[in-house]
Amino acid sequence: MSEKEAESRNPSELQDVFSGEPMDLRPGSDDCYKCSTCDTECPVAEVDDDFPGPKFQGPEQWRLKRKDDHDIDDSVMSCSNCMRCDNACPSEVPLSQMHNTARGEYVDEQMSKFSREYIRNRILSNYGRLAPLASKFPRLTNFVMGLSVTKFVNEKVMGITSQRDFPEFATETFTDWWEKRGSEATSKKRAREARAERGEVAENDDKRVAYFHGDYSNYNTPEVAKSMVRVFEQFGYEVAVPDQRCSGTPMFANGMMDDARRAAKFNIETFAALVEQGYDVICSCTSCSMALRQEYPELYSFDGTAKVAANTFEALEYLRVHEDLEGELADSSVPESEFGELAYHAPCHARNQGLDGQAVELLSALDGTDPVDVGDSCSGISGTYGWKSEKYDTSMKIGDEMFEHMEDVESETGMTECPTCAMQMNHGTGYDIRHPLEVLDSALVDA
Amino acid sequence: MAIEDDVVVIGGGLAGMTTALSAAREGSRVRLLSHKESTLRFASGLIDVLGYAGNEIVSNPFETISELPDEHPYRKVGESGVRAGLALFDSVADYAGDHTDKNALVPTFGGRIKPTARYPKHTAPGLASDQRDTLLVGFETIVDFDAPLAAEHLAETVPFDVRGVTLSFPGEFRTDAKITRLAHALDKNERVEIGSSENVSQSEPVRIALAEQIKPHLGDAERIGFPAMLGEDHPEDVRATLERKLGVEVFEIPMGPPSLPGMRLEAQFETALKEAGVRITTGNPVVDFEGDERISAVIVERNGAPIPFHGEQFVLATGGLVGKGIDSDREGVHEPIFDCYVPAPEDRYDWSEEGAFDDHRFARFGVQVDDELRPLDSADEPEFENLRAVGGVLGNCDVSAEKSASGVSLSTGAVAGRKASDEVNP
Repeated sequence: MSEKEAESRNPSELQDVFSGEPMDLRPGSDDCYKCSTCDTECPVAEVDDDFPGPKFQGPEQWRLKRKDDHDIDDSVMSCSNCMRCDNACPSEVPLSQMHNTARGEYVDEQMSKFSREYIRNRILSNYGRLAPLASKFPRLTNFVMGLSVTKFVNEKVMGITSQRDFPEFATETFTDWWEKRGSEATSKKRAREARAERGEVAENDDKRVAYFHGDYSNYNTPEVAKSMVRVFEQFGYEVAVPDQRCSGTPMFANGMMDDARRAAKFNIETFAALVEQGYDVICSCTSCSMALRQEYPELYSFDGTAKVAANTFEALEYLRVHEDLEGELADSSVPESEFGELAYHAPCHARNQGLDGQAVELLSALDGTDPVDVGDSCSGISGTYGWKSEKYDTSMKIGDEMFEHMEDVESETGMTECPTCAMQMNHGTGYDIRHPLEVLDSALVDA
Repeated sequence: MAIEDDVVVIGGGLAGMTTALSAAREGSRVRLLSHKESTLRFASGLIDVLGYAGNEIVSNPFETISELPDEHPYRKVGESGVRAGLALFDSVADYAGDHTDKNALVPTFGGRIKPTARYPKHTAPGLASDQRDTLLVGFETIVDFDAPLAAEHLAETVPFDVRGVTLSFPGEFRTDAKITRLAHALDKNERVEIGSSENVSQSEPVRIALAEQIKPHLGDAERIGFPAMLGEDHPEDVRATLERKLGVEVFEIPMGPPSLPGMRLEAQFETALKEAGVRITTGNPVVDFEGDERISAVIVERNGAPIPFHGEQFVLATGGLVGKGIDSDREGVHEPIFDCYVPAPEDRYDWSEEGAFDDHRFARFGVQVDDELRPLDSADEPEFENLRAVGGVLGNCDVSAEKSASGVSLSTGAVAGRKASDEVNP
């Protein structure tokens, strides 16, 4: 689909021929023929009998909320935004877009801005704004967050579950490391050296990528982001790391649409300028790539939105399309003691992009590791969802099937692309969780 | 370079999965591209080969194939192709019906009888050729199945006694509880509240509570038919418990979407595909291709980004008008990925007839193929050297009137998969 087509399809511009009112999501709502397949795929409806499911939250709620006397049902806050319903629908009803807009309206119009739930959700979804402060004093933060008194206060005052351990803040963020390493200039030099070694041309403007690292790999798991940089440079790509904000995923999921809009606008403007210069955008978190590729074009029409969406890729996906990744992996190996059997969980947001099979497919060719797919269930944490006291039990119930299948895998290492799925996998099984890019780093990059 | 396989199959329904399996078992490296979840969950789970010819019910499909028009897909693959499709199916699914060439008569949820070639084991005790008296049980919240009405219809055609009763499903489930939610409760035999005595609430495993609820209505019935919802993962166990508690055989009546028999069949195919090493990619549509007379790659569109999947041989299994493998607008009818030729009358008003069940031209829209199952252009020449077409995208047969959709998918899929693989590994 060209950018022009994408923009001409923007439903907000369509009008009802009779009333002259904007059509909004009417065409999508009319596409639903009530087969209920989305309901059978919804992980929340599966374990929570009070949740009416995506068909209600989407097309049915959309019709109801057209009436003046109908409030949005508060059950929309129990949707975890896993977006599996999108993939299940045979009729391309934009379910998650309907959920996002309904949730936004609910939070705007029906949720008190002084309620504990609102304040808690706002803090959870704006983690990226607090993280810079926390990571200035990582040891202190980690110490305070680990205290039982902090957990007690969080649980009682904030409604944040004390069952989970807060993710630790790295002592050096990815961007600190990146700058210390010499930023773009160093990356360019390394990429050129790699190209020379591969017998490729020295000057190649096609091999430039802009990295959307997201907040989590910046503050909490910089090793994933470092692996991304090293692996891409190894294949001869020059990496750029522009200033960026949170992708907006946790804000969409909490109906904080103003916050999300600000973050998205910043990201789209920044990355559109780079795409204009010939860069492709690479993400290492599948919820980030989902936001840039699907949620942005569904919710916004800033200049360049469709262009950024069409030029954004997940890291492995990109290398696989442009390089002989499978061939190079087949000729490499990783230490079996470090990787070995890997219990791989495909995040829902990877599944929705059609990326759920690739990690197992690609790494199966590699010596020293044997990735095992632990099935198509949802991990249950869905970003901030599983952190809420009242959602914790639901989150763990959804995760049960994945935990069971992980336990069947002999080793005690897991693998996934999503940082919060990784938290849940570790929380449910105690396994150490790795990212596919770390495996690639170990296999392909000369130490 | 890039993503490369021997055989690339486009479409994840029954035809696509059969093609992929057939090619992989012949030794090819196969990629299956599917836009969405498999369409099997929308299917009844019955495998029809040929139920009607003209207006006549067909007793033995194999005796009728030679009477079909020359352009019919069955004439392209021949009787041996149809048998190959069924043999492949029998190796994947735990179904009944392979003991005979003849059609079985399966009661439907509307109380009609459907001629079909293969049916789930859980449906087997319900066949209309079996003369035992029957009780149909429906539930208040499963509104797609009205047991008394279905029984009334059925009684008009079958030579045994059939009654229907509507009960409330035990436990406190939502009134709009999904059929899968109830199936999973039966799978796990969850405990449900069955009232209270002396202010202490009492609970029972749901299978037991269900059997207790049915007992007073059993009468002389020698078998009981339920809407197909008796478990997704452990239907054998659910049926066995109910049969033991009720002392009669229990069977399932296939239902509309979301279909439990379809989902169970999908799971069996997924296992077989995994064992055969088929690489599956879902979630995005194939929108275009690269190549001229020979296709070198198909293009999957992932949120605006074109992702090429390269291959030696390609098979189109995208379905018909309903499955979106064939598209139409005011200008005409077309096949959207490769723009294969699809003949249709120029005047749109000739596409359909007046009556809902008349012999509509649109029902036979689809691509034309040669004996190799390669799509043909308007001059009867193959559109591409290395493209085949299977299943619903094929024209010249009205599979819903004939009750032949599964058989066409299985037979053309099995044959095309083998032929595609033979070209890669001669």
